[in-house]
Amino acid sequence: MAEFFSMGGYGAYIWPSYAMTAIILAALLVASIRELKSTEAMFERLKAQIAPNKNNNNNNNKETPDGDEA
Amino acid sequence: MHRFANPTRFLKIAAFVQPWMAGLTVLLFAVGLYMSFFTAPPDYQQGESVRIMYVHVPAAWMGMFCYAAMALASAVALIWKHPLADVAAKATAPVGAAFTFLSLATGSLWGKPMWGTWWVWDARLTSMLILFFLYIGYMALQGAFDDRARGAKASAVLALVGAVNLPIIKFSVDWWNTLHQPASVIKMGGPSIHPDMLWPLLVMAVAFKTYYVWVLLVRIRQELTANKVRILRLKQIHGG
Repeated sequence: MAEFFSMGGYGAYIWPSYAMTAIILAALLVASIRELKSTEAMFERLKAQIAPNKNNNNNNNKETPDGDEA
Repeated sequence: MHRFANPTRFLKIAAFVQPWMAGLTVLLFAVGLYMSFFTAPPDYQQGESVRIMYVHVPAAWMGMFCYAAMALASAVALIWKHPLADVAAKATAPVGAAFTFLSLATGSLWGKPMWGTWWVWDARLTSMLILFFLYIGYMALQGAFDDRARGAKASAVLALVGAVNLPIIKFSVDWWNTLHQPASVIKMGGPSIHPDMLWPLLVMAVAFKTYYVWVLLVRIRQELTANKVRILRLKQIHGG
């Protein structure tokens, strides 16, 4: 086991290479997904803010704001 | 091709393809990492340090691939004013920058034990560093204008001009004396690298590529949603 981690004496160069790759790629992926989720949430919020104004004019029908693409 | 370039249709396709890319990326990385550490032999000259190749080379390939994709999308955006092309170029830039940074950093970690130095100002390393700066410049330029369209146009021109760097990177090991070894996979007469090392490298390369597609889809969806948010905001202001 220790032999595996020492990588013939090159462990100090090999492990940081793989660790750095894993950390940077994972961080970029997570950041991208988070940004998408928060933008989508903002879009839904704005859509909900705009939609009720329309619905009030239409005799107060109880249609949900979803499904009405402006 | 134009049929897929419609943003609404694209969003539908992206939502369908994305989980497949995610699964494929995880699977390929699992197989690729196993091969890199357990089935690939140590090199007869470089010993175990050769295992750095399995992240270094795919990262470098993808750094160049992403730039080519970004330049191509920028050309399409400039010539045909296609709405999705701009978005794709913009979404690619940070991913390409990450790959290029990783190729420089892992190359440095490989260079220290093999060449005895973290860095040399030779043609391959320097042109790769320029590629990294081109990505940074592209992203900075995009945000430097109040008018989004002008930022997109200026950065697209930069992406195209910077594309001359790609052949320089590719042929730098042939044109100049360099510490960096010449190509051993993509070359005339086929790869000169042993299949036991070539296969892990190829699996890792495909894993890097599916990772790129995965993140690209996420980022394009984010950009398109942000565009819709901007439109709603305008409606809110003007429509009361």
